[in-house]
Amino acid sequence: MNNEALKDLLYKMADDALIIGHRNSEWTGIGPMLEEDLAFSSMAQDKIGHAKALYQILHEILGEPEPDKVAFLREDEKLFKCCQFVELPIGEYDFSLVRQFLFDHAEAVRYDMLTGSSFQPLAQLAKKVKGEIKYHTMHADTFLKQLGHGTEESHARMQSALNYAMPYALGVFEKSELENDLISQQVFAGEDAAKKLWLEKITPVIEAAGLQLPKVADDKIVYGGRKGFHSEYLKSLLDEMCEVVRTDPEAEW
Amino acid sequence: MNSLDPRIKRLHLKKDETEPVHTNSHLVTWEVFHQDKRGKQHAHVGAVHASSPELALIMAKEVFGRRGKTTNLWVVKTSDVFTFQTEDEDMFETTPEKTFRDPADYKVRDRIEKYRNTAKVI
Repeated sequence: MNNEALKDLLYKMADDALIIGHRNSEWTGIGPMLEEDLAFSSMAQDKIGHAKALYQILHEILGEPEPDKVAFLREDEKLFKCCQFVELPIGEYDFSLVRQFLFDHAEAVRYDMLTGSSFQPLAQLAKKVKGEIKYHTMHADTFLKQLGHGTEESHARMQSALNYAMPYALGVFEKSELENDLISQQVFAGEDAAKKLWLEKITPVIEAAGLQLPKVADDKIVYGGRKGFHSEYLKSLLDEMCEVVRTDPEAEW
Repeated sequence: MNSLDPRIKRLHLKKDETEPVHTNSHLVTWEVFHQDKRGKQHAHVGAVHASSPELALIMAKEVFGRRGKTTNLWVVKTSDVFTFQTEDEDMFETTPEKTFRDPADYKVRDRIEKYRNTAKVI
């Protein structure tokens, strides 16, 4: 098995989960209502848990440093392989919900594909997180439909958030030069296959919400994150997220 | 799985795009009932705000199913709960006195012992 290709896949999944988890946790305490504040915060915790599990596989099986070190002590943002979509600020709640809808379905599709992976640790993790992700997409779908059909304002907000998010969301499926090895070794069926399944999942929900799936020209898709090219927002996120750990990396917690 | 009890409406996750969409609805409260083991009763645990039964279940899951074991939740619109007036509590006032309805009120231990002893003799 090609370890470099495996690391590439695991790092991008883990970094996506870590960064979206941190971003969504920014709603804790200021969510639109108590119940939703709790729900969104819990789902953010789940994402951090997914990141930890993936870093753990990288550490135990592929010889990478410990999860905490990888998460908080990579100084150079170029070493992060998350897509730019997860870096974007939380914005208003419409954007955060639309991002959850688009990102979590992409994640759900990826894990679903990985349940049959020849790389056992990943196949096992994919089965373990299935129930959690099912709740995340159910949450997103229900809100998208509710707000798509709510008031004129809620509809307009959801559509405009969708238009803004779509070029970034498509960037989740940025291909890696190493993915052919993963495909041939039946580790992961590849980004194009994931994107196709994702579009099949999100299109009917967007229609049921009375919204339009935005058309995005290929040259407008925001790529780069997988190769270490990030938006202006990642650095400030990392500075804040790692601030405490970096004051004393050796401290016992 | 089809509904085990046809009177109960269940959230169908797999075909969620066909769920009815609730338009122009406002936040109401939903009473939440929690089940921690399959087959056990659902116990009332509190309420959530939501604009549809689907969202009520979604909120209930994180508010009341966030710790420990959960096998299922029910949500019931608070306005669908039918109940007594508080001042009619007097209907129940004498009930605690009716100890003859309590199995512990019957002293049967002696008779059981007596029967056991006879059985031995026979």
